[in-house]
Amino acid sequence: MGKRYEICLSGSGGQGLILAGIILAEAAGVYEGKHVAQTQSYGPEARGGASKAEVVISDEEIDYPMATRLDLLLAMNQKSSDSFYFDLKPEGTLVVDSTFVTQTPTTKAVCIPFTEIARKELGREMVANIIALAALATLTKVVSLKSLEAAVLARVPKGTEELNRKALQLGSKAAKAILKERKPESIKGHGPDHEDTAYE
Amino acid sequence: MARKGKKKPRLLQGNEAIVEGALAAGCSFFAGYPITPASEISEILAYRLPQMEGTFIQMEDEIASLGAVIGASLAGAKSMTATSGPGFSLMQENLGFACVAEVPCVIVNVMRGGPSTGLPTNPSQGDVMQARWGTHGDHPIIVLAPSSVRDSFDITVKAFNFSERYRTPVIVLSDEVVAHTRETVVLPDPDEIEVLDRIRPSMPPEWYIPYKDTSSGVPAMGIFGDGYRYHVTGLIHDIRGFPTARTDEVEPFMRRLFRKINQSFHDIQIVNRFMTEDAELIVIAYGSVARSARRAVLDAREKGVKAGLLHLVTLYPFPRRDVVATIRDARVVLVPEMNMGQISREVKRVNEGMSRVATLNRIDGCMITPQEIYERLIKEA
Repeated sequence: MGKRYEICLSGSGGQGLILAGIILAEAAGVYEGKHVAQTQSYGPEARGGASKAEVVISDEEIDYPMATRLDLLLAMNQKSSDSFYFDLKPEGTLVVDSTFVTQTPTTKAVCIPFTEIARKELGREMVANIIALAALATLTKVVSLKSLEAAVLARVPKGTEELNRKALQLGSKAAKAILKERKPESIKGHGPDHEDTAYE
Repeated sequence: MARKGKKKPRLLQGNEAIVEGALAAGCSFFAGYPITPASEISEILAYRLPQMEGTFIQMEDEIASLGAVIGASLAGAKSMTATSGPGFSLMQENLGFACVAEVPCVIVNVMRGGPSTGLPTNPSQGDVMQARWGTHGDHPIIVLAPSSVRDSFDITVKAFNFSERYRTPVIVLSDEVVAHTRETVVLPDPDEIEVLDRIRPSMPPEWYIPYKDTSSGVPAMGIFGDGYRYHVTGLIHDIRGFPTARTDEVEPFMRRLFRKINQSFHDIQIVNRFMTEDAELIVIAYGSVARSARRAVLDAREKGVKAGLLHLVTLYPFPRRDVVATIRDARVVLVPEMNMGQISREVKRVNEGMSRVATLNRIDGCMITPQEIYERLIKEA
């Protein structure tokens, strides 16, 4: 496992990216005992402005808490895909929400319509971030799905547990479909070789 | 790779850690006015304090906030407020009052871009000199700067302890990066934390002389409502608390204010040294920038450059002795700061011409990266 793994979750304010960053950091830090640092940057707007959350996961204590060269980038809108793609390492993984990102900067990008899945399958666009997190975990094994589920359920409001569990399953399913049609080695994994059977 | 230990780590923000530190130190009163990037402190205390029979008040502005904090402290509560640059400007008048009336209190200033309303969601270290000299008149002050989530907890506890021990306002100078970064931390149990309380008078109330000098320079503090009645004023006062302009009373009072801090430098001045023993290049950094500097020093060492880091936790009283001792044998001292050079001035002041002081300044609302410091170190090597 690498020493330092850097993730950026980007999109527009209101898509739940900062919450997603907190959940991802909690899954890796609290449930898997790794060192994590989560930072964020956002504009003064409540909704619609650029928003991003960064998560650094490491086996060692983290000095600089922000991302410098990304291993994994999630872009939930076109603008963030365009602007943050250049922060990605050459071998890094780009995952986009193809509901909003119509032009990807690389053919290697993993395209999953997170928001569309949320809208069609669950009737709630709100959980697109959770679907995306499950997909990221399935694709890269950056955290186990078990830890992710525990972190999600500890953070979401009471009464939405079932909705979020379904969202996790949908995200994992969509990512598995991608892994099937591609050579798995085209997506650089990070996580330990834990076998995830949670959503088989 | 799970870390050992019984307690499960928690994912906390710097601001949340300040709240935990305050409560661990015994804070029972908060008055404030929310402002980015310090709002989380108010938000969480509004929820937590009433649960433990403490008091939270959202005030009409920052002037009143510090006013309420001073009042609560005089009535015996460990009190705190939290703000950012614009609010800190408004607090300066009452900050001076707390200095002169010797009222223990903790003021958190989470620095954001300035001047004026500036850059609300971006980091900066522009308020260092304001923390030192923002309120008028000659006065000593304690300023502490956290650089991580765990630091935010420990330093807040220290801030309360210093304020109680020395009867002085203490400023916790955080910044947006430290405040909003979330990290996993294991917080100490209550029995692992040293908590100090102000010295209360032991004589009968009618014998109490509120501002009487002691060997520590810190008079015993009577609590309003406990029968120890005395006069509190922002005017220079005699030992009984009443205004005076007599030179033989003003001078001893002012000297005592300074003495109580100056004779305790060993207690108050906190620095961390990292690879400084054989260093030819010393980086002096504080707050979030100290983290970038640590990475840069490690990277430079890998390239064979003898670099070291002096991380200042206490900014004021400026840890002159530690700085001088560390930079004495260094060729170059680099001071990276998210301002145009505020601590670098202090370093130049105490340098006595032994080494060259270089600055690295960033004022675009972004954090200084390890790469920037590293490149400078390589250039200077």
